[in-house]
Amino acid sequence: MTYQTRVIGAFSLMAAMLLIVGFAQSWSLVLAILNLCLISSIMALGLNMQWGYAGLFNAGVMGFAALGGAAAVIVSVPPVQEAWAAGGGGIMLALIICAATALLVALVYFRLKASDTIRFATITAILVVGFIFYRMLLDPSVDAIEAVEPAKTGFLGGLGMPIIFSWLVGGLFAAGIAWVIGKVALGLRSDYFAIATLGISEIIVAVLKNEDWLTRGVKNVNGLPRPVPYEIEVQQSPFYQGIAESLGVTVVEFSSLFVKLCYSALFLIVLLIIFYLSQKALNAPWGRMMRAIRDNETAANAMGKHVTGRHLQVFILGSAVIGIAGAMLTTLDGQFTPTSYQPLRFTFLVWVMVIVGGSGNNLGSILGGFFIWFFWIEAEPIGLWMMEFITSGMAADNALRLHLIESAPHMRLIMMGVILLLVLRFSARGILPEQNRQSAG
Amino acid sequence: MSYLVGQNMTGGYGTGADILHDCTVGVEKGEIAVIVGPNGAGKSTAMKAVFGMLNLREGSVLIDGEDITSLSPQARVHKGMAFVPQTENVFPSMTVEDNLVMGAFIREDDITDSMEQVYELFPILKEKRAQPAGELSGGQRQQVAVGRALMTQPKVLMLDEPTAGVSPIVMDELFDRIIEVARTGIAILMVEQNAKQALNIADKGYVLVQGRNRFTDTGAALMADPEVRKAFLGG
Amino acid sequence: MDLLNALVVLANFIIVPALAYGSQLALGALGVTLVYGILRFSNFAHGETMSAGAMFAILFMWLFQSWGISIAPLPTVLVALIPAMICMIIYLLVCDRLVYRHYRRQKAKPVIFLVASTGLMFFTNGIIRFIIGPDEQRVADGARFVMKAREFKNMTGLNEGLAIKSSQVITVITAIVIVAALFWFLERTKSGKSMRAYSDNENLALLSGINPDRVVMIAWTLTAVLATIAGTLYGLDKSYKPFTYLQLLLPVFASAIVGGLGSPIGAIAGGFVIAFSEVTITYAFKKFLTYLVPESWAPEGLVQLLSTDYKFAVSFAILVVVLIVMPTGIFKGKSL
Repeated sequence: MTYQTRVIGAFSLMAAMLLIVGFAQSWSLVLAILNLCLISSIMALGLNMQWGYAGLFNAGVMGFAALGGAAAVIVSVPPVQEAWAAGGGGIMLALIICAATALLVALVYFRLKASDTIRFATITAILVVGFIFYRMLLDPSVDAIEAVEPAKTGFLGGLGMPIIFSWLVGGLFAAGIAWVIGKVALGLRSDYFAIATLGISEIIVAVLKNEDWLTRGVKNVNGLPRPVPYEIEVQQSPFYQGIAESLGVTVVEFSSLFVKLCYSALFLIVLLIIFYLSQKALNAPWGRMMRAIRDNETAANAMGKHVTGRHLQVFILGSAVIGIAGAMLTTLDGQFTPTSYQPLRFTFLVWVMVIVGGSGNNLGSILGGFFIWFFWIEAEPIGLWMMEFITSGMAADNALRLHLIESAPHMRLIMMGVILLLVLRFSARGILPEQNRQSAG
Repeated sequence: MSYLVGQNMTGGYGTGADILHDCTVGVEKGEIAVIVGPNGAGKSTAMKAVFGMLNLREGSVLIDGEDITSLSPQARVHKGMAFVPQTENVFPSMTVEDNLVMGAFIREDDITDSMEQVYELFPILKEKRAQPAGELSGGQRQQVAVGRALMTQPKVLMLDEPTAGVSPIVMDELFDRIIEVARTGIAILMVEQNAKQALNIADKGYVLVQGRNRFTDTGAALMADPEVRKAFLGG
Repeated sequence: MDLLNALVVLANFIIVPALAYGSQLALGALGVTLVYGILRFSNFAHGETMSAGAMFAILFMWLFQSWGISIAPLPTVLVALIPAMICMIIYLLVCDRLVYRHYRRQKAKPVIFLVASTGLMFFTNGIIRFIIGPDEQRVADGARFVMKAREFKNMTGLNEGLAIKSSQVITVITAIVIVAALFWFLERTKSGKSMRAYSDNENLALLSGINPDRVVMIAWTLTAVLATIAGTLYGLDKSYKPFTYLQLLLPVFASAIVGGLGSPIGAIAGGFVIAFSEVTITYAFKKFLTYLVPESWAPEGLVQLLSTDYKFAVSFAILVVVLIVMPTGIFKGKSL
């Protein structure tokens, strides 16, 4: 089987599965799955840059996706004037102090020529003083902000710009944090890097859960503005009513499908742009060098390639892509719920996508995003069906039968684990293996 | 036929190019055989081939007449062979005594006698028995390495450049100990960078060049051979 | 008197909880460090292993409770530990046989093991939710307190009480017993020494005739025992929630790395360093300071350095500092 037929076959199979769901369940569900498939593909593309091109084990995908989500809130929500008046200045000052402290620490760490003891003593002193000032400014401002209509706002709000800008901003946020993490953690051993990124992502989510002044924390931000029309607008427009009529569906059903299609179109455009750029980068000298480094770090180092610097680039780029996808996800949801960021769903599921799709192959990552998301959603009905089949011989009120049927949704985790392990074992290069690979590691 | 012999060995690492070409080395019980030669001559490779650490395409390894060509290195340990690698040849975080105990891992019988013998051979080790081996000096670490290998009560002791990186005084000291070990009836096969000193104590010498036997004779004869002297012993 | 009160506050809110938490982390980190030392990869599935161990303990606890077995005032779950350990040993050995052994034979890179452990993390997590469900389960029965705050006040006449939960005492005692047994095994027995030898220098261990399959088997067995105990004790102390164990992964790893990956003593030290830092930095010192300083100086705020939700940040910050300042940890672990 040539690579081409493999690609066509795999994507046709994917399309066929979506069609089956359309006929068997509903078309609205197909579009819902498709939209998340598209977002998952983008996340997988981002992670593929890091893992597939460069061999970096980023266990912090969740954090970058959450940053993207926060960007959606910060960009799109209108500013809360009272909150700004109450504590905006204080917060800004506190953040400036925070930045200044970080800058000073970095300066001392990299520039101060003194013994380690003196350097670390100075750094500790700067941190302590900075922290005290930061808290002195921050705490009262936070209290003041959170006191502003706590049931509805209680946060600073955002910039009130179209939410679509947040996709870019989300990427920038993620890139910024990735730069900081990369500076500290790249150059560590691979598993230390994995643990460091895992830790950072937990911290990012903890911040988003607790800093109510920023994104309302666990109180969530609902009703984010949309980049596409609302169903109600579609339903009231005579133009669309006409189309619905000619298609022979109710206008309510049509509006829901239409809105989802609009999202699909937007996401598809982003996916295609990122895919195009990734392909270009991968086949450019830059990408070749990246893969050379991945396959033989020692040799690349010996040839005078700045390995850590290259890794930093690719880590920032990949994280930015994940941040973009995170912002898109929050846009699609229309709400920002920090508690929904779970490492299994946001970090390790994306890993399964990349590995199953084919590490180092962009098309593979897209396919992996589709396949895995599809099964993540459809595992539940499949699991339920399986359980009912297995237990069909038992009495309807059999305790084991009830337990099994009730537990069917958890089948998806088991299934993901099994898929990952099977692919890793029997087809380690994934469904669509990396092309033009020089040597097999 | 020698007690241990690698005959007509041809092969290399993994699926790579051949490094050894029709190379033969062997050693008799109670004797010291030394493999010398220029850098990249395949000295260590020949030794590793005898110990089963690379794939032989041709040739065979016999111990006491028994063909062990297909045995893994671990299985050869059970056949009475012991190997001291050139580097990383001790358990650094474990005490000297525990290093010796681990050397005797495959033995079920009482090992106190063997341990006493090693301590007699290397008195400094008895002094440092409770110290982690990683904290010892280079020469002392080599002694631990040899001691560990002796704990299996081997019939053949194989040493890969035992004097690499130790001072000349320590080297002489180590060679003296190696002679003592040979006197107990153990066959010793070793690779040496310091060809002159090694051939001095060798009963048999093999000069390898590019994976082939160039000269094979007694140590003394090789030392006396003007051609060998000129080409390999610096005049 | 004020000084004594302040000390009691400190003991009640920092020392006692941190000792218990540190013991749990230490046991968890020992499992991580053992796997790292022998199999040479960071086991991302370890959190779930702890969780699965706790789950088995709870299932057997229910069984024993239904039989009417009780060792009151001690919690029933302690009896259930033994069958739970056996289940976990079997589970991990099967996982090793089906998953890791293949990569070991292939001499795969550590990062491939890491990915495989991620797969097992999913699988184990799914199995746990499948069997026991995602809900919270109560583990503790028997006496809840060894000493109640009021009893302490009456006894000493101080204003402040010192409450010691039985789960905390059980945790610390169990941890001491297990750690002592583990060290006896590693330092005194031939099998234990062979594990250290294998961890120190794999090639030389092979040359000494140490059987790698046996070493790996012992490593998983010990890991199963440690993880089951750590997971159960954590559940006993806090209550069992399947998803908390994934979050425990970070402090557990931080403990192992801070102490020095591959070093058992390091894992224990690391556990307590992380636990004490987390608890201290997220504790509100207001009450403590109020006792110590003159009344007019008494702090208005809580004097809490970070809110408890940021305890991850604490373990993480320590981790980063240690990695930068001494990459091999407090007790030199393996650097590569």
